[in-house]
Amino acid sequence: MSARKYRAARWAALGLLVASLSVVAAGCGGGDDGGSASTEIEGLGSSLEEIQEMAREEGQVNVVQWAGYAQLTDEFKSATGCTVNTKDGGSSDDMISLLQTGEYDGVSASGNASVRLMTTGDVAPINADFIPNYADVQEGIKDQEYNSLDGEPYGVPHGRGPNYLMFRTDVVPEETDSWSVIWDESGPYNGKLSIYDDSIFIADAAVYLKATQPELGIEDPYELDEEQFNAAVDLLKQQAPNVGEYWPGDVAKQIGSYTNGDSVVGTTWPYQYVQLTAADPPVPVKAIKPKEGTTGWSDTWMIYSQAANPNCMYLWMNHMISPEAQAAVAEGFGEAPVNLKACDLTKNPNHCAEYHADDESWWEDVYYWTTPTADCGDDRGEVCKTQEDWEAAWTEIRG
Amino acid sequence: MTDLGHRRLSTFFFRHPRARLAALLAVPVVWIVGVYLGSLVVLLLSAFWDTNPFTAEVVHELTLDNFRTLFERDVYRDVAWRTIRMAALVTVADAVLAFPIAYYMARVASPRTRNLLVVAVLMPLWANYLVKAYAWRTMLSDGGVINWALGPLGLHFDGYSTVGLWLVFTYLWLPFMILPIYAGLERIPSSLYEASADLGGRSLETFTRVVLPLAFPAVVAGSIFTFSLTLGDYIAPGLITSEQFIGTVIYSIRGEALPVAAAYSLVPIVVMIAYLLVARRLRAFESL
Amino acid sequence: MVESQLSRVLLRAGAILTLAFIYVPLILIALYAFNRNVTQGWPIENYSTRWFSVAFHDEEVREALVLSILAALGATAVALVLGTVASLAVSRYRFFGRDVISFAVILPIALPGIITGLALQATIVDVLGPLGVSFGLTTIIIGHATFCVVVVYNNAVARLRRTAGSLDEASADLGADSWQTFRYVVFPQMRTALLAGALLAFALSFDEVVVTIFTSGAEQTLPIWIFATLSRPAELPIVNVVALFVIFASIVPVYIAQRLAGGTGLTSDRPARGTVAAAVEAEP
Repeated sequence: MSARKYRAARWAALGLLVASLSVVAAGCGGGDDGGSASTEIEGLGSSLEEIQEMAREEGQVNVVQWAGYAQLTDEFKSATGCTVNTKDGGSSDDMISLLQTGEYDGVSASGNASVRLMTTGDVAPINADFIPNYADVQEGIKDQEYNSLDGEPYGVPHGRGPNYLMFRTDVVPEETDSWSVIWDESGPYNGKLSIYDDSIFIADAAVYLKATQPELGIEDPYELDEEQFNAAVDLLKQQAPNVGEYWPGDVAKQIGSYTNGDSVVGTTWPYQYVQLTAADPPVPVKAIKPKEGTTGWSDTWMIYSQAANPNCMYLWMNHMISPEAQAAVAEGFGEAPVNLKACDLTKNPNHCAEYHADDESWWEDVYYWTTPTADCGDDRGEVCKTQEDWEAAWTEIRG
Repeated sequence: MTDLGHRRLSTFFFRHPRARLAALLAVPVVWIVGVYLGSLVVLLLSAFWDTNPFTAEVVHELTLDNFRTLFERDVYRDVAWRTIRMAALVTVADAVLAFPIAYYMARVASPRTRNLLVVAVLMPLWANYLVKAYAWRTMLSDGGVINWALGPLGLHFDGYSTVGLWLVFTYLWLPFMILPIYAGLERIPSSLYEASADLGGRSLETFTRVVLPLAFPAVVAGSIFTFSLTLGDYIAPGLITSEQFIGTVIYSIRGEALPVAAAYSLVPIVVMIAYLLVARRLRAFESL
Repeated sequence: MVESQLSRVLLRAGAILTLAFIYVPLILIALYAFNRNVTQGWPIENYSTRWFSVAFHDEEVREALVLSILAALGATAVALVLGTVASLAVSRYRFFGRDVISFAVILPIALPGIITGLALQATIVDVLGPLGVSFGLTTIIIGHATFCVVVVYNNAVARLRRTAGSLDEASADLGADSWQTFRYVVFPQMRTALLAGALLAFALSFDEVVVTIFTSGAEQTLPIWIFATLSRPAELPIVNVVALFVIFASIVPVYIAQRLAGGTGLTSDRPARGTVAAAVEAEP
């Protein structure tokens, strides 16, 4: 063959190869559409005794969690025979991706993950008969829109908490009580802000605007129409140059920068606050819920609908709402337990009071993480920004 | 197989060289084409699909929306340029840092020193990438080594910045640049140096007119690594700076907007393929 | 030696500077392995060896280390086979698509790891999963081997380019079959090049994290363990200890391999000197 024909034939063959692969790929690939919402998981026992027996055979449970959530895993292992393997997720998106690899049995999902997981069928409803401790969960947390669908409970509540404003008391005045310190365009701490790196943070901007620009009419920081959304995004774009670090769910990073003084004020989870104050030497920080309110989370342990170790997972869910585990995680992570029997077991007898476990009025201006949808849920109709819009906007905000 | 059977097979292959070739190529081709390229094609195909705005599941409906998003929103272009610029700067810095030591190893060092130096240059490859990046993070902080050393001079270096990241990348990929350049310089016969000297060329002239052109393919070979490794990295930027790069964008949207991530990955793919084609032209493949 | 005295002094200075640049962070890692505090501040106030005993008793670290070694061995083995076979095909035959092979083999290492990772993960979930292959050592090896092939391949091709194909024919003339020819004639010539390639492939696989994050599922190789531990504030110092251990553990094998292979590993082996060789080299 002449050189030119040689080359042409080569490219033709390559093209044919790619084309045929495409045909194959078009046929398969892509994600599975949701399964049925049944509590029937393959391999799950049909009675509590059977579950306990089968769990011993399974021997392990693999869960995706927020850092610091799993507690008393050794005791759990001796009691049930299941070794607990945890994987820390950095964000709700991260956790969903991990769960969808099929390698994990369950997840401690926040509202902005749980709603999606329930809709796609990646998680299964629970059968409360097999979870004895479920009866002790606070009634006000059960059957919420972030942990139930079509009237069925989808998981076991874990605990709830606010996203704090945390600042170093040696740099920022102790009396600080407002989010304005991080939103102020020419604030004195610019360059040392520490902000959570996830699109859900747009809700925090909305919370601030709700208080400072009431004319926008923001009620629910997760249901934002065009005007409200753009205002929030503009506020965030204005903040972006002043941010020292966007911490991506890697709590050690934020803890390190507060310790070194690279960050002096920002948004955080109670866990970092507990770690910083318990460090040796302790870092001088204070964490508050500012007067404008804040975003927060009410997390739920959910079981993967195709879990490889469903029996261990059921026992795990039961374990995590037992008073002992609830007390451990409440103090270890710094959140309010959902099983109030734990309040008698915490090392600090005032823990529940300090964390407002029983004070619903305190939680009224804590807006739990949830997934933004087009349906505004009120008389505006379907004009609100979706999860997709939030994600796209966040990439732009980060620059 | 019996001995006779073995011989029969061997004779068959001898008489039919094409069959022999096919047998040799079968497994690698299936691997590279089937497993690797096939996976790649499937991923890139999803760039033409859509996602459910609520659940973010991939929907098999053809659309060009993802590409439109990339073009319309400035951020993707800015991030791409930022990443390419960084990759270029890192490549230049690595070439500049690598050349002296490579030259020293190839031409000046005694054989024993040379062996030790090769081991010394190879060792950092065995130190874990993450640990090195984290060590740099500590070094670059306000209270870290660099500022501690600059303090007495009254200077301050904001390490958590693009400059800091450039230092980290330069550091991480340096061995990948030193080794090919060293091999390339070693390949230049001594006689050429002597011939150049005989013709009246002094050190600098010999260097610029004889050595550099001959070593250039090796530099390009090394640059393939430094450029591509920087282009796609998503871990180091997250540790050092809060700016977005191609890798970090792809990583952060991969769960919720996989088609956009797939579309965006065409940027580094196209850039690298173009780079490889140029590198092949410049004979870099033989210096790898 | 043609270079002037000044050049040599400058070169030595440049080499020392670069070496310092390379080793200061490594020395810091070593120092932090002995740091008493959990947080990495500077300067280090208290020194202690307590993290060494913690690391030694940590079961997760041991399991991760074992998995990493197994994965690296597996990936190196696969890369050796694929690389050798592909290099033989490319060096000894002319055929349709020969250039494409060289190009295709380098793609996995030239394209960003995150793309390889995403692509492979999707394949594992959608294609290999239903076939019964789930995340684990197998998928990790598949991921690693794919980009390790090029390292072996390049070394082998470079060596084969230097050896005459006529030796293979002579061997056949003397009555050897293909396998005997390979075993007694071709392989001995390639051995050191393959060793250099294998060593580098092992190092690349052992340290790999970007692709492995996507192909390991719930398993942890050593780099994955390090990645997870870096975000656990209380266990951070163990990472430095482990890193230091790996560096020291590898000094001896690297040195030995370097002596045996006589080359740099990443690139082709020791080149011949002399004008004839240069002329040969200059040919594409």
